[in-house]
Amino acid sequence: MSFTNLLRVAITAIMSNKSRTLLSTLGIIIGVAAVIIMMAIGQGSKESVRSELSKMGSNLLTIRPGSDMRGGVRQDPSAMQTLKMDDYLSIQEKAHLITHVSPEVTASGQVIYGSKNTTSSMYGESPEYMDIKLWQIEDGECFNDEDVKKSAKVCIVGKTVVEELFGDKNYDCVGKTIRFKSIPFRIVGVLKAKGYNSWGMDQDNVMIAPYTTVMKRLAAQTFFSSIQMSAVSEERSDDAIEEVTAILRENHKIKDGQEDDFSVRSQQEIMETMSSTMDTITLILVVAAAFSLLVAGIGIMNIMLVSVTERTREIGLRMSVGARGRDISRQFLIESIMISLTGGIIGVGLGYLVSWIASVVGLPCSVPLWAVILSFCVCACIGLLFGYVPARKAALMDPIEAIRYE
Amino acid sequence: MSEFKQNTNVDAQGRKCVIELQNVKRDFIVGSETVHALRGVSFKIYEGEFVTIMGTSGSGKSTLLNQLGCLDTPTSGEYYLDGIPVKNMKRSQRARLRNRKIGFVFQNYNLLAKTTAVENVELPLMYNNNYNAKERRRAAIEALEAVGLGDRLMHKSNQMSGGQMQRVAIARALVNNPAVLLADEATGNLDTRTSFEMLVLFQKLHAEGRTIIFVTHNPEIAQYSSRNIMLRDGKIREDVLNENILSAAEALAALPKPQDE
Ligand SMILES: Nc1ncnc2c1ncn2[C@@H]1O[C@H](COP(=O)(O)OP(=O)(O)OP(=O)(O)O)[C@@H](O)[C@H]1O
Ligand SMILES: [Mg+2]
Repeated sequence: MSFTNLLRVAITAIMSNKSRTLLSTLGIIIGVAAVIIMMAIGQGSKESVRSELSKMGSNLLTIRPGSDMRGGVRQDPSAMQTLKMDDYLSIQEKAHLITHVSPEVTASGQVIYGSKNTTSSMYGESPEYMDIKLWQIEDGECFNDEDVKKSAKVCIVGKTVVEELFGDKNYDCVGKTIRFKSIPFRIVGVLKAKGYNSWGMDQDNVMIAPYTTVMKRLAAQTFFSSIQMSAVSEERSDDAIEEVTAILRENHKIKDGQEDDFSVRSQQEIMETMSSTMDTITLILVVAAAFSLLVAGIGIMNIMLVSVTERTREIGLRMSVGARGRDISRQFLIESIMISLTGGIIGVGLGYLVSWIASVVGLPCSVPLWAVILSFCVCACIGLLFGYVPARKAALMDPIEAIRYE
Repeated sequence: MSEFKQNTNVDAQGRKCVIELQNVKRDFIVGSETVHALRGVSFKIYEGEFVTIMGTSGSGKSTLLNQLGCLDTPTSGEYYLDGIPVKNMKRSQRARLRNRKIGFVFQNYNLLAKTTAVENVELPLMYNNNYNAKERRRAAIEALEAVGLGDRLMHKSNQMSGGQMQRVAIARALVNNPAVLLADEATGNLDTRTSFEMLVLFQKLHAEGRTIIFVTHNPEIAQYSSRNIMLRDGKIREDVLNENILSAAEALAALPKPQDE
C-alpha cells in the first residue's frame, strides 16, 4: 500500500475513535509537556543568570587572596591577607588589558538614622567601581579620588537602605548623615535600583564608601578582601587574567613552579560553573520526566493491542483482498506513530503554554527549540517501538481465522 | 515432487488448466474432535469454465472455496494454481495472488463497517500500486455500476439492504479484473429479478474468458453454468458438464416486468 493510502487509513481509524485516541495520548501529552517545562526552566534560569551576570559586567575579573579554593582545602588565615595596596597600584600602572580597577574591603553591620536602623553591607571601593559593576547614580554623585585620598566619611547608598532609614525610597537624603557602626557617613549619592538577583538577593541593600575609609575607620586592616577589575573586553578576559597574574606573582615574589597566593577569576568562569551545575539539575529533572514517556509508550501499546483485536475482522478482510502482512503492520505502525506524535504536538503546545504562564508570573522560562525537535523525534520513536508488538500481532493473523473472528 | 511443475494439462478444446486439486483434505480441530470438512477432493478446472458447486449445508463448499481462493491451505493434498503449488508459496505471494488474480465474494459479504460502498470496492486496489487514487475511484464506480448500484456510491455499508451489500461484495470482487472469480452464494439474498441480473453479469464475464466458480443452493442456477460439481460430506458426489447452457439474458427478458413501472 502506498504511503498516502496508509496515512489516509490511519487518519480514518484515529478519527473514528477520537475520545479513545485522546485518552491514549494523555500519557504522552503529560510526559512531553513535563520534559518541555523542565527544559524551559533549566534554560530560562541559565539565561537569566547569564543576563544578570552580564549586567554586573561580563568582562568583570575578581582577584581573591589565597590560592585557588576550588579544591576546598582550608587555608591559613594569613594566606588571606596577600592583597595589598602595592598590588592595586601595580595593576593600575602596568596592566594594559584592564580598564578599571577597584580594591574592595567590606564590612557589614547596623546603619542608623535618627530612630531608624537597618542592617546592611558597606563596600569600600574606588570610584571606578561604578564602571566595573555598572552602577548608576540616581541622585547626587559618586565620591571622588580626593575623598579616597582623605579617607573621607562619605558614602553612596542603595534604594533599600534609603527606604529603611528614611521611610520612603524616593526620599531626598543627599547631604544627610547616617551612622554605620557608630561612625558618621555623609550621603553624597543614591544608587539607581537594580532589584533582586536570581538567587533572591537584594542588590540595593548596599552602601559604598571610599576603600581607604572602610580600611582605616571600619575594618582596621591593611589588606583588601578582593580586587575588582574590568577587562577591555569579554573575549580578552583570559589574556587579562594572565597579565594580572604575572604582575601579582612578581609583586609577591613567587618563584616559577610555586603556587599563586591569590586567584583571578573571570565572570565567564563563574558563569560556566553555574551553568554546568544547572545543566546537571536540568538533566535529572528531564530524565525523571522521560520515564513518564516510557509509561505513556506502554499505554499506547496497550491501546493498540486492543485496537488490533477489535479490528481482527477488518484485518482478515484486508488480507483476503490482497493486503500482505507488511501492509497490515505498516498500517498499525503508522497509526501508533500518529497517536504518539499527536500527543507530542499537544504536549509541546501545553509545555509552551505553561512556560509562557510561568514567565509571565516571573519564573524565568524559555523553551529551547532543540527540545521541541527532540520531543517530536522521541514521540515518533515511542510510536514505532511500542507499536511494533501490536503491528506484528496483526500482521501474523491468518486471513480466514481473522475474518471469522467474532 | 514436482516443485514447479509446468502445466502440460490442456483439455480437449486446448484450454489451460487453471486449478488442479489433488486429494485435498481439510480438517478442523474443535476441542477434542476433528471435523473433516474436506475428505479428499480432486478435480481440474480449465480456463474459461463456469462451474457451479452445489451441496447441502455443511458439505464443505465454503471450505473448498477458501482453498481455491488461497485464503486457506489444505491439511493434506496439493493445490496447483496455474501449475504452481500454493502450499509452497510465501504468505505475501498468496496475498499478491488474491489481489491480482482472484476475485472473492464471501457468503456473508464481509464489507468494511461504516465505510461507503465505493470505498469498499476500492479496497483491493488500495493494495495495488499500479492504480492511483483517480483510477481507483473510476474502476470502483464502474464496478458498482455494473452491479446496478451506480446510485448508491456514497452509502455506508450499514445503510444498505442485504441484497445491496451482496452486490457491493460482487463489485469488490470484480474491480481488479480477476482471471478467476469465486463466489459463495453470491445471489443468496437477491430477488429473482436481481439474481438474474447478476447471472447475466456473470455470464458476460464468462463470455469474456474469465473462469468462474459459483457456489449456490439453487439448482436452477446450475443450468446457466458450463459445469456442475455436487459435494456431499466433504467429497465430490457428482461432476457433470452442462451441454445445454441457458442464457440468463433471455430468462431475464422473459420475467414479468416489475409492478411499479
Ligand atoms: N473454522 C472452522 N472450524 C471448525 N469447523 C469448521 C470451520 N469451518 C468449517 N467448519 C466445519 O466444516 C464443515 C463444512 O463447512 P462449510 O462452511 O464449508 O459448509 P458449507 O457447505 O459452506 O455450508 P453452507 O451451505 O451452510 O454455507 C462444517 O461441518 C463446519 O462445521
Ligand atoms: Mg458456506
